[in-house]
Amino acid sequence: MSNAPSHLKYTKSHEWVESMLDDTYRIGISDHAQDLLGDMVFIELPEVGQALSASDECAVVESVKAASDVYSPLSGEVLEVNEALVESPDLVNRDPYVDGWLFTIKASDAGELDELLTADQYIELSSDDDH
Amino acid sequence: MGARTPLYQEHVNLGAKVVDFAGWEMPLHYGSQVEEHYKVRGDAGMFDVSHMTFVDLSGGRAREFLRHLLANNVDRLQQPGRALYTCMLNEQGGVIDDLIVYFLDEMRFRMVVNAGTHDKDMAWIVQQAAAFEIDVKELTDVALIAVQGPAARDKVHLRLSPSAREKAEALAPFNAVEVGGLFISRTGYTGEDGYEVMVPQAQAVEFWRGLLESGVNPIGLGARDTLRLEAGMNLYGADMDENITPLEAGLRWTVAWEPEDRNFIGREALKAQYNATPSRKLVGLILDDRGVLRGHQRVIVDGEAVGEVTSGSFSPILGKAIAFARVPYEVEGSVLVEMRGKQLPARVVKPPFVRHGKACFE
Repeated sequence: MSNAPSHLKYTKSHEWVESMLDDTYRIGISDHAQDLLGDMVFIELPEVGQALSASDECAVVESVKAASDVYSPLSGEVLEVNEALVESPDLVNRDPYVDGWLFTIKASDAGELDELLTADQYIELSSDDDH
Repeated sequence: MGARTPLYQEHVNLGAKVVDFAGWEMPLHYGSQVEEHYKVRGDAGMFDVSHMTFVDLSGGRAREFLRHLLANNVDRLQQPGRALYTCMLNEQGGVIDDLIVYFLDEMRFRMVVNAGTHDKDMAWIVQQAAAFEIDVKELTDVALIAVQGPAARDKVHLRLSPSAREKAEALAPFNAVEVGGLFISRTGYTGEDGYEVMVPQAQAVEFWRGLLESGVNPIGLGARDTLRLEAGMNLYGADMDENITPLEAGLRWTVAWEPEDRNFIGREALKAQYNATPSRKLVGLILDDRGVLRGHQRVIVDGEAVGEVTSGSFSPILGKAIAFARVPYEVEGSVLVEMRGKQLPARVVKPPFVRHGKACFE
Protein backbone atom coordinates (compact mmCIF):
# COMPACT_ATOMS: atom_id res chain seq x y z
CA MET A 1 0.00 0.00 0.00
CA SER A 2 1.26 3.48 -0.86
CA ASN A 3 1.91 5.86 1.99
CA ALA A 4 0.00 8.93 3.15
CA PRO A 5 1.71 10.92 5.94
CA SER A 6 -0.63 11.77 8.78
CA HIS A 7 0.39 15.43 9.05
CA LEU A 8 -1.11 16.16 5.62
CA LYS A 9 -4.71 16.60 4.45
CA TYR A 10 -6.01 15.05 1.25
CA THR A 11 -8.69 15.37 -1.40
CA LYS A 12 -10.77 12.70 -3.10
CA SER A 13 -9.00 13.68 -6.32
CA HIS A 14 -5.63 12.64 -4.80
CA GLU A 15 -4.04 16.02 -3.97
CA TRP A 16 -2.33 16.55 -0.63
CA VAL A 17 -2.22 19.80 1.38
CA GLU A 18 0.47 20.75 3.87
CA SER A 19 -0.09 23.62 6.27
CA MET A 20 2.76 26.17 6.26
CA LEU A 21 2.88 29.54 8.00
CA ASP A 22 0.35 32.40 7.66
CA ASP A 23 -2.50 30.72 5.74
CA THR A 24 -0.02 29.35 3.25
CA TYR A 25 -0.43 25.80 2.03
CA ARG A 26 1.76 23.56 -0.08
CA ILE A 27 0.07 21.25 -2.56
CA GLY A 28 1.08 18.12 -4.43
CA ILE A 29 -0.28 14.75 -5.54
CA SER A 30 -0.33 11.66 -3.36
CA ASP A 31 1.95 8.67 -3.51
CA HIS A 32 -1.08 6.63 -4.53
CA ALA A 33 -1.75 8.98 -7.46
CA GLN A 34 1.83 8.94 -8.74
CA ASP A 35 1.88 5.16 -8.43
CA LEU A 36 -1.29 4.83 -10.51
CA LEU A 37 0.03 7.18 -13.18
CA GLY A 38 3.57 5.80 -13.47
CA ASP A 39 6.66 7.68 -14.68
CA MET A 40 5.98 11.43 -15.02
CA VAL A 41 7.21 13.04 -18.22
CA PHE A 42 5.72 16.56 -18.16
CA ILE A 43 4.26 18.73 -15.42
CA GLU A 44 2.24 21.85 -16.27
CA LEU A 45 2.16 24.24 -13.31
CA PRO A 46 -0.13 27.19 -12.53
CA GLU A 47 1.09 30.79 -12.86
CA VAL A 48 2.48 32.59 -9.84
CA GLY A 49 -0.16 35.17 -8.83
CA GLN A 50 -2.99 33.20 -10.41
CA ALA A 51 -6.24 33.30 -8.43
CA LEU A 52 -7.79 29.88 -7.89
CA SER A 53 -11.10 28.67 -6.53
CA ALA A 54 -11.32 25.35 -4.75
CA SER A 55 -11.59 22.47 -7.27
CA ASP A 56 -10.35 24.57 -10.20
CA GLU A 57 -8.17 22.68 -12.67
CA CYS A 58 -4.81 24.27 -11.96
CA ALA A 59 -2.07 21.90 -13.13
CA VAL A 60 -1.54 18.84 -15.32
CA VAL A 61 0.64 15.89 -14.49
CA GLU A 62 1.40 13.82 -17.56
CA SER A 63 2.94 10.36 -17.27
CA VAL A 64 3.88 7.68 -19.76
CA LYS A 65 0.39 6.34 -19.17
CA ALA A 66 -1.96 9.35 -19.08
CA ALA A 67 -2.42 13.07 -18.57
CA SER A 68 -4.25 13.91 -15.39
CA ASP A 69 -5.67 17.22 -14.15
CA VAL A 70 -4.75 18.50 -10.73
CA TYR A 71 -7.53 20.35 -8.88
CA SER A 72 -6.83 23.05 -6.35
CA PRO A 73 -7.89 21.84 -2.90
CA LEU A 74 -8.30 25.45 -1.71
CA SER A 75 -9.25 28.92 -2.95
CA GLY A 76 -6.56 31.57 -2.97
CA GLU A 77 -3.59 32.97 -4.83
CA VAL A 78 -0.65 30.95 -6.14
CA LEU A 79 2.52 32.09 -4.35
CA GLU A 80 5.21 29.78 -5.71
CA VAL A 81 5.51 26.91 -8.16
CA ASN A 82 8.08 24.10 -8.07
CA GLU A 83 10.25 25.04 -11.07
CA ALA A 84 12.45 21.97 -10.52
CA LEU A 85 9.65 19.84 -11.94
CA VAL A 86 10.06 21.37 -15.39
CA GLU A 87 13.44 19.64 -15.79
CA SER A 88 12.83 16.74 -13.40
CA PRO A 89 9.18 15.67 -13.46
CA ASP A 90 10.30 12.35 -11.95
CA LEU A 91 10.61 14.13 -8.58
CA VAL A 92 6.86 13.58 -8.28
CA ASN A 93 7.47 9.84 -8.53
CA ARG A 94 10.52 9.70 -6.32
CA ASP A 95 9.36 12.00 -3.55
CA PRO A 96 5.72 13.02 -3.94
CA TYR A 97 5.42 14.64 -0.49
CA VAL A 98 8.62 16.69 -0.30
CA ASP A 99 10.68 17.42 -3.43
CA GLY A 100 7.74 16.63 -5.71
CA TRP A 101 5.45 19.43 -4.44
CA LEU A 102 3.61 21.37 -7.17
CA PHE A 103 2.75 24.83 -5.81
CA THR A 104 1.95 26.88 -2.72
CA ILE A 105 -1.17 28.92 -2.25
CA LYS A 106 -2.23 31.76 0.06
CA ALA A 107 -5.64 30.51 1.16
CA SER A 108 -8.54 32.95 1.21
CA ASP A 109 -11.07 30.74 2.98
CA ALA A 110 -9.76 28.75 5.93
CA GLY A 111 -13.17 27.07 6.24
CA GLU A 112 -12.39 24.99 3.16
CA LEU A 113 -9.82 23.05 5.17
CA ASP A 114 -12.63 21.31 6.99
CA GLU A 115 -13.73 19.73 3.71
CA LEU A 116 -10.40 17.91 3.31
CA LEU A 117 -9.74 14.30 4.28
CA THR A 118 -7.44 13.05 7.00
CA ALA A 119 -4.74 10.53 6.07
CA ASP A 120 -6.85 7.66 7.45
CA GLN A 121 -9.90 8.74 5.49
CA TYR A 122 -7.82 9.12 2.35
CA ILE A 123 -6.17 5.70 2.71
CA GLU A 124 -9.57 4.08 3.16
CA LEU A 125 -10.90 5.83 0.10
CA SER A 126 -7.92 5.19 -2.14
CA SER A 127 -7.66 1.53 -1.22
CA ASP A 128 -11.07 1.13 -2.89
CA ASP A 129 -9.61 1.75 -6.32
CA ASP A 130 -6.91 -0.90 -5.89
CA HIS A 131 -8.72 -3.77 -7.57
CA MET B 1 -8.00 -13.99 -12.64
CA GLY B 2 -6.11 -14.01 -15.91
CA ALA B 3 -3.73 -16.57 -17.34
CA ARG B 4 -0.22 -16.66 -15.88
CA THR B 5 3.09 -17.52 -17.46
CA PRO B 6 5.55 -19.83 -15.66
CA LEU B 7 7.41 -16.66 -14.61
CA TYR B 8 4.45 -14.96 -12.93
CA GLN B 9 5.72 -15.54 -9.39
CA GLU B 10 9.17 -14.22 -10.39
CA HIS B 11 7.56 -10.96 -11.52
CA VAL B 12 5.64 -10.62 -8.28
CA ASN B 13 8.79 -11.33 -6.25
CA LEU B 14 10.63 -8.63 -8.21
CA GLY B 15 7.96 -6.09 -7.27
CA ALA B 16 6.24 -5.88 -10.64
CA LYS B 17 3.10 -3.88 -11.15
CA VAL B 18 0.96 -6.57 -12.74
CA VAL B 19 -1.72 -5.65 -15.29
CA ASP B 20 -4.09 -7.48 -17.57
CA PHE B 21 -2.78 -7.87 -21.11
CA ALA B 22 -4.98 -9.82 -23.53
CA GLY B 23 -6.22 -11.96 -20.66
CA TRP B 24 -2.76 -12.51 -19.17
CA GLU B 25 -1.45 -11.17 -15.87
CA MET B 26 1.75 -9.50 -17.06
CA PRO B 27 4.34 -7.13 -15.56
CA LEU B 28 3.83 -3.49 -16.68
CA HIS B 29 7.02 -2.39 -14.92
CA TYR B 30 9.15 -3.28 -11.90
CA GLY B 31 9.32 0.27 -10.52
CA SER B 32 10.12 2.67 -13.34
CA GLN B 33 9.24 2.10 -16.97
CA VAL B 34 11.58 4.87 -18.12
CA GLU B 35 14.58 3.47 -16.23
CA GLU B 36 13.87 0.06 -17.72
CA HIS B 37 13.85 1.64 -21.16
CA TYR B 38 17.34 3.09 -20.61
CA LYS B 39 18.63 -0.25 -19.35
CA VAL B 40 17.70 -1.95 -22.61
CA ARG B 41 19.19 0.85 -24.72
CA GLY B 42 22.42 0.95 -22.71
CA ASP B 43 22.93 -2.50 -21.25
CA ALA B 44 20.64 -5.54 -21.25
CA GLY B 45 17.05 -6.26 -20.28
CA MET B 46 14.76 -9.27 -20.39
CA PHE B 47 11.07 -9.56 -21.10
CA ASP B 48 8.76 -12.44 -20.33
CA VAL B 49 6.86 -12.86 -23.59
CA SER B 50 5.61 -16.36 -22.84
CA HIS B 51 2.06 -15.13 -23.36
CA MET B 52 2.65 -15.05 -27.10
CA THR B 53 1.35 -17.85 -29.30
CA PHE B 54 3.76 -20.45 -30.70
CA VAL B 55 2.60 -22.68 -33.52
CA ASP B 56 4.43 -25.52 -35.24
CA LEU B 57 3.29 -26.47 -38.72
CA SER B 58 4.37 -29.83 -40.00
CA GLY B 59 3.73 -31.86 -43.10
CA GLY B 60 5.17 -32.44 -46.54
CA ARG B 61 3.31 -29.43 -47.93
CA ALA B 62 4.23 -27.00 -45.13
CA ARG B 63 6.21 -24.68 -47.41
CA GLU B 64 3.49 -24.68 -50.04
CA PHE B 65 0.90 -23.88 -47.36
CA LEU B 66 2.87 -20.91 -46.02
CA ARG B 67 3.45 -19.56 -49.53
CA HIS B 68 -0.35 -19.33 -49.65
CA LEU B 69 -0.99 -18.17 -46.07
CA LEU B 70 1.56 -15.37 -45.71
CA ALA B 71 2.11 -12.10 -47.62
CA ASN B 72 5.88 -12.39 -47.39
CA ASN B 73 7.42 -15.32 -49.25
CA VAL B 74 8.75 -18.25 -47.20
CA ASP B 75 10.84 -19.19 -50.22
CA ARG B 76 13.20 -16.55 -48.88
CA LEU B 77 13.91 -19.07 -46.15
CA GLN B 78 16.32 -21.69 -47.49
CA GLN B 79 18.70 -22.27 -44.56
CA PRO B 80 17.29 -24.07 -41.50
CA GLY B 81 16.78 -21.55 -38.68
CA ARG B 82 16.10 -18.56 -40.96
CA ALA B 83 13.34 -16.21 -39.78
CA LEU B 84 11.01 -13.95 -41.72
CA TYR B 85 8.73 -11.12 -40.58
CA THR B 86 5.40 -11.14 -42.39
CA CYS B 87 1.73 -10.27 -42.29
CA MET B 88 -1.06 -12.80 -42.51
CA LEU B 89 -3.86 -11.23 -44.57
CA ASN B 90 -7.55 -11.82 -45.08
CA GLU B 91 -9.11 -11.99 -48.56
CA GLN B 92 -9.61 -8.21 -48.48
CA GLY B 93 -5.90 -7.62 -47.91
CA GLY B 94 -6.45 -6.55 -44.28
CA VAL B 95 -3.94 -7.65 -41.66
CA ILE B 96 -5.16 -10.55 -39.49
CA ASP B 97 -1.84 -10.48 -37.63
CA ASP B 98 1.87 -9.84 -38.04
CA LEU B 99 4.22 -12.64 -37.08
CA ILE B 100 7.61 -14.23 -37.38
CA VAL B 101 7.95 -17.54 -39.20
CA TYR B 102 10.98 -19.82 -38.85
CA PHE B 103 12.10 -22.50 -41.27
CA LEU B 104 13.20 -25.51 -39.22
CA ASP B 105 13.29 -28.20 -41.92
CA GLU B 106 11.23 -29.05 -45.00
CA MET B 107 8.69 -30.84 -42.83
CA ARG B 108 8.46 -28.19 -40.15
CA PHE B 109 8.01 -24.42 -39.77
CA ARG B 110 7.39 -22.46 -36.57
CA MET B 111 5.38 -19.25 -36.18
CA VAL B 112 5.25 -16.79 -33.30
CA VAL B 113 2.04 -14.74 -33.37
CA ASN B 114 0.50 -12.16 -31.03
CA ALA B 115 -1.19 -13.02 -27.74
CA GLY B 116 -4.15 -10.69 -28.30
CA THR B 117 -5.04 -12.40 -31.57
CA HIS B 118 -4.61 -16.00 -30.38
CA ASP B 119 -8.14 -17.29 -30.98
CA LYS B 120 -8.80 -15.79 -34.39
CA ASP B 121 -5.27 -16.64 -35.61
CA MET B 122 -5.55 -20.28 -34.59
CA ALA B 123 -9.00 -20.58 -36.15
CA TRP B 124 -7.79 -19.02 -39.41
CA ILE B 125 -4.61 -21.10 -39.60
CA VAL B 126 -6.43 -24.36 -38.89
CA GLN B 127 -9.12 -23.51 -41.44
CA GLN B 128 -6.59 -22.67 -44.15
CA ALA B 129 -4.36 -25.65 -43.31
CA ALA B 130 -7.03 -28.27 -43.91
CA ALA B 131 -6.55 -28.34 -47.69
CA PHE B 132 -2.78 -28.80 -47.30
CA GLU B 133 -2.81 -31.74 -44.86
CA ILE B 134 -0.80 -29.76 -42.35
CA ASP B 135 -0.54 -30.67 -38.71
CA VAL B 136 -1.05 -27.45 -36.72
CA LYS B 137 0.26 -27.77 -33.20
CA GLU B 138 0.32 -25.03 -30.61
CA LEU B 139 3.29 -25.23 -28.24
CA THR B 140 1.88 -24.82 -24.73
CA ASP B 141 4.80 -26.20 -22.72
CA VAL B 142 7.38 -23.51 -23.47
CA ALA B 143 8.24 -20.04 -22.18
CA LEU B 144 9.76 -17.25 -24.28
CA ILE B 145 12.25 -14.82 -22.78
CA ALA B 146 13.47 -11.91 -24.93
CA VAL B 147 16.89 -10.61 -23.88
CA GLN B 148 17.70 -7.30 -25.57
CA GLY B 149 20.33 -4.59 -25.47
CA PRO B 150 23.97 -4.02 -26.44
CA ALA B 151 25.19 -6.39 -23.69
CA ALA B 152 22.35 -8.91 -24.11
CA ARG B 153 24.08 -11.54 -26.22
CA ASP B 154 27.18 -11.71 -24.02
CA LYS B 155 25.03 -12.09 -20.93
CA VAL B 156 22.95 -14.86 -22.49
CA HIS B 157 26.14 -16.67 -23.55
CA LEU B 158 27.13 -16.89 -19.88
CA ARG B 159 24.04 -19.01 -19.22
CA LEU B 160 24.54 -21.49 -22.08
CA SER B 161 26.37 -24.79 -22.31
CA PRO B 162 29.60 -24.60 -24.35
CA SER B 163 27.96 -26.22 -27.38
CA ALA B 164 24.86 -23.99 -27.24
CA ARG B 165 27.04 -20.96 -26.74
CA GLU B 166 29.12 -21.73 -29.79
CA LYS B 167 26.00 -22.06 -31.93
CA ALA B 168 24.46 -18.85 -30.54
CA GLU B 169 27.64 -16.86 -31.13
CA ALA B 170 27.60 -17.94 -34.76
CA LEU B 171 23.99 -16.79 -35.34
CA ALA B 172 23.44 -13.99 -37.84
CA PRO B 173 20.53 -11.57 -37.24
CA PHE B 174 17.13 -13.12 -37.97
CA ASN B 175 18.44 -16.65 -37.54
CA ALA B 176 17.64 -19.24 -34.91
CA VAL B 177 19.03 -22.53 -33.71
CA GLU B 178 17.62 -25.46 -31.74
CA VAL B 179 20.19 -26.67 -29.25
CA GLY B 180 20.05 -28.55 -25.96
CA GLY B 181 16.28 -28.16 -25.61
CA LEU B 182 16.44 -24.41 -26.24
CA PHE B 183 15.33 -22.52 -29.33
CA ILE B 184 17.58 -19.47 -29.56
CA SER B 185 16.63 -16.76 -32.04
CA ARG B 186 18.54 -13.58 -32.84
CA THR B 187 15.38 -11.48 -33.08
CA GLY B 188 13.51 -8.97 -30.95
CA TYR B 189 11.12 -6.05 -30.71
CA THR B 190 13.32 -3.24 -29.38
CA GLY B 191 15.69 -2.28 -32.20
CA GLU B 192 18.61 -3.60 -30.14
CA ASP B 193 20.66 -6.71 -30.69
CA GLY B 194 19.76 -9.74 -28.60
CA TYR B 195 17.91 -13.01 -28.49
CA GLU B 196 14.51 -14.46 -27.96
CA VAL B 197 15.05 -17.74 -26.14
CA MET B 198 12.36 -20.41 -26.02
CA VAL B 199 12.81 -22.69 -23.03
CA PRO B 200 10.77 -25.65 -21.74
CA GLN B 201 8.38 -24.34 -19.06
CA ALA B 202 10.00 -26.54 -16.42
CA GLN B 203 13.31 -24.70 -16.93
CA ALA B 204 11.93 -21.18 -17.35
CA VAL B 205 12.39 -20.02 -13.75
CA GLU B 206 15.94 -21.34 -13.55
CA PHE B 207 16.89 -19.68 -16.84
CA TRP B 208 15.28 -16.37 -15.82
CA ARG B 209 17.07 -16.37 -12.46
CA GLY B 210 20.36 -17.20 -14.15
CA LEU B 211 20.00 -14.19 -16.43
CA LEU B 212 19.15 -12.01 -13.44
CA GLU B 213 22.34 -13.26 -11.79
CA SER B 214 24.32 -12.32 -14.92
CA GLY B 215 23.07 -8.76 -14.60
CA VAL B 216 20.15 -8.76 -17.03
CA ASN B 217 17.43 -6.34 -15.86
CA PRO B 218 13.77 -7.39 -15.83
CA ILE B 219 11.72 -5.17 -18.16
CA GLY B 220 7.94 -4.80 -18.27
CA LEU B 221 5.44 -4.34 -21.07
CA GLY B 222 5.48 -0.54 -20.60
CA ALA B 223 9.08 -0.20 -21.75
CA ARG B 224 8.52 -2.89 -24.37
CA ASP B 225 6.03 -0.51 -26.00
CA THR B 226 8.24 2.60 -25.90
CA LEU B 227 11.24 0.58 -27.15
CA ARG B 228 9.39 -0.82 -30.16
CA LEU B 229 7.90 2.60 -30.91
CA GLU B 230 11.34 4.27 -30.93
CA ALA B 231 12.58 1.43 -33.14
CA GLY B 232 9.78 2.17 -35.62
CA MET B 233 8.08 -1.20 -35.22
CA ASN B 234 4.33 -1.53 -35.64
CA LEU B 235 2.00 -2.75 -32.93
CA TYR B 236 -0.81 -5.00 -34.09
CA GLY B 237 -4.27 -3.76 -33.11
CA ALA B 238 -3.04 -0.16 -32.91
CA ASP B 239 -1.02 0.57 -36.06
CA MET B 240 -2.80 -1.98 -38.22
CA ASP B 241 -5.75 -4.34 -38.07
CA GLU B 242 -8.07 -6.28 -40.36
CA ASN B 243 -9.30 -3.13 -42.09
CA ILE B 244 -5.82 -1.88 -42.92
CA THR B 245 -3.57 -3.31 -45.60
CA PRO B 246 0.20 -3.65 -45.12
CA LEU B 247 0.62 -0.93 -47.76
CA GLU B 248 -1.28 1.49 -45.50
CA ALA B 249 0.73 0.44 -42.46
CA GLY B 250 4.28 1.11 -43.61
CA LEU B 251 4.78 -2.60 -44.32
CA ARG B 252 5.10 -2.58 -48.12
CA TRP B 253 8.56 -4.13 -47.69
CA THR B 254 7.01 -7.24 -46.15
CA VAL B 255 4.78 -8.03 -49.14
CA ALA B 256 6.59 -10.26 -51.65
CA TRP B 257 5.00 -9.46 -55.00
CA GLU B 258 7.28 -11.67 -57.04
CA PRO B 259 6.88 -14.33 -58.27
CA GLU B 260 3.60 -13.31 -59.86
CA ASP B 261 2.13 -16.78 -59.71
CA ARG B 262 2.39 -17.06 -55.92
CA ASN B 263 -1.26 -16.71 -55.06
CA PHE B 264 -1.15 -15.66 -51.39
CA ILE B 265 -4.33 -14.79 -49.53
CA GLY B 266 -5.14 -11.09 -50.04
CA ARG B 267 -3.07 -10.74 -53.20
CA GLU B 268 -5.99 -9.96 -55.51
CA ALA B 269 -7.34 -7.30 -53.17
CA LEU B 270 -3.93 -5.69 -52.76
CA LYS B 271 -3.18 -5.59 -56.46
CA ALA B 272 -4.91 -2.31 -57.27
CA GLN B 273 -3.39 -0.61 -54.24
CA TYR B 274 0.04 -2.00 -54.96
CA ASN B 275 0.25 -0.60 -58.48
CA ALA B 276 -1.39 2.75 -57.72
CA THR B 277 -0.81 5.11 -54.85
CA PRO B 278 -2.61 4.04 -51.68
CA SER B 279 -4.89 6.71 -50.23
CA ARG B 280 -3.39 6.47 -46.74
CA LYS B 281 0.02 5.88 -45.25
CA LEU B 282 1.58 5.40 -41.84
CA VAL B 283 4.10 8.08 -40.83
CA GLY B 284 6.16 8.95 -37.79
CA LEU B 285 5.42 12.10 -35.77
CA ILE B 286 7.64 14.03 -33.37
CA LEU B 287 6.15 16.59 -31.00
CA ASP B 288 8.58 19.37 -30.11
CA ASP B 289 6.17 20.94 -27.61
CA ARG B 290 5.53 19.56 -24.16
CA GLY B 291 2.85 16.90 -24.22
CA VAL B 292 2.46 13.25 -25.11
CA LEU B 293 1.14 11.86 -28.38
CA ARG B 294 -1.34 9.07 -27.76
CA GLY B 295 -3.49 6.74 -29.83
CA HIS B 296 -6.66 8.21 -31.40
CA GLN B 297 -5.61 11.87 -31.16
CA ARG B 298 -6.77 13.63 -34.32
CA VAL B 299 -4.33 14.83 -36.95
CA ILE B 300 -5.25 18.18 -38.50
CA VAL B 301 -4.08 19.58 -41.85
CA ASP B 302 -5.38 22.92 -43.16
CA GLY B 303 -7.99 23.04 -40.44
CA GLU B 304 -9.39 19.64 -41.30
CA ALA B 305 -9.14 16.37 -39.37
CA VAL B 306 -7.48 14.06 -41.90
CA GLY B 307 -6.14 11.22 -39.80
CA GLU B 308 -5.25 10.01 -36.36
CA VAL B 309 -2.40 8.88 -34.16
CA THR B 310 -2.38 5.08 -34.14
CA SER B 311 0.08 4.69 -31.27
CA GLY B 312 2.21 7.17 -29.41
CA SER B 313 4.16 7.71 -26.24
CA PHE B 314 7.03 9.56 -24.68
CA SER B 315 10.45 8.68 -26.12
CA PRO B 316 13.03 8.65 -23.32
CA ILE B 317 15.90 8.82 -25.84
CA LEU B 318 14.52 11.86 -27.73
CA GLY B 319 13.02 13.42 -24.60
CA LYS B 320 9.88 14.15 -26.60
CA ALA B 321 6.68 12.47 -27.60
CA ILE B 322 6.75 10.31 -30.73
CA ALA B 323 4.03 8.45 -32.57
CA PHE B 324 2.79 6.62 -35.59
CA ALA B 325 -0.13 8.28 -37.39
CA ARG B 326 -2.24 7.27 -40.36
CA VAL B 327 -2.70 10.19 -42.76
CA PRO B 328 -3.55 10.82 -46.43
CA TYR B 329 -0.71 9.76 -48.72
CA GLU B 330 0.24 13.32 -49.74
CA VAL B 331 0.80 14.63 -46.21
CA GLU B 332 4.36 15.66 -45.39
CA GLY B 333 6.33 18.31 -43.50
CA SER B 334 4.24 19.05 -40.45
CA VAL B 335 0.73 18.58 -39.11
CA LEU B 336 -1.26 19.65 -36.06
CA VAL B 337 -2.28 17.10 -33.45
CA GLU B 338 -5.25 17.73 -31.19
CA MET B 339 -4.69 16.96 -27.54
CA ARG B 340 -6.51 18.09 -24.45
CA GLY B 341 -8.30 20.90 -26.30
CA LYS B 342 -5.14 22.25 -27.96
CA GLN B 343 -3.65 21.80 -31.40
CA LEU B 344 0.13 21.34 -31.31
CA PRO B 345 2.46 21.10 -34.32
CA ALA B 346 4.20 17.78 -34.99
CA ARG B 347 6.93 16.95 -37.50
CA VAL B 348 6.22 14.22 -40.03
CA VAL B 349 9.21 11.85 -40.23
CA LYS B 350 10.14 8.41 -41.45
CA PRO B 351 10.73 5.98 -38.54
CA PRO B 352 12.81 4.60 -36.88
CA PHE B 353 13.23 7.33 -34.27
CA VAL B 354 16.16 5.59 -32.56
CA ARG B 355 18.82 3.28 -33.99
CA HIS B 356 21.39 1.36 -31.94
CA GLY B 357 20.62 3.47 -28.88
CA LYS B 358 21.06 6.82 -30.69
CA ALA B 359 18.38 9.32 -31.66
CA CYS B 360 17.80 9.61 -35.43
CA PHE B 361 16.20 13.06 -35.00
CA GLU B 362 16.77 16.07 -32.78
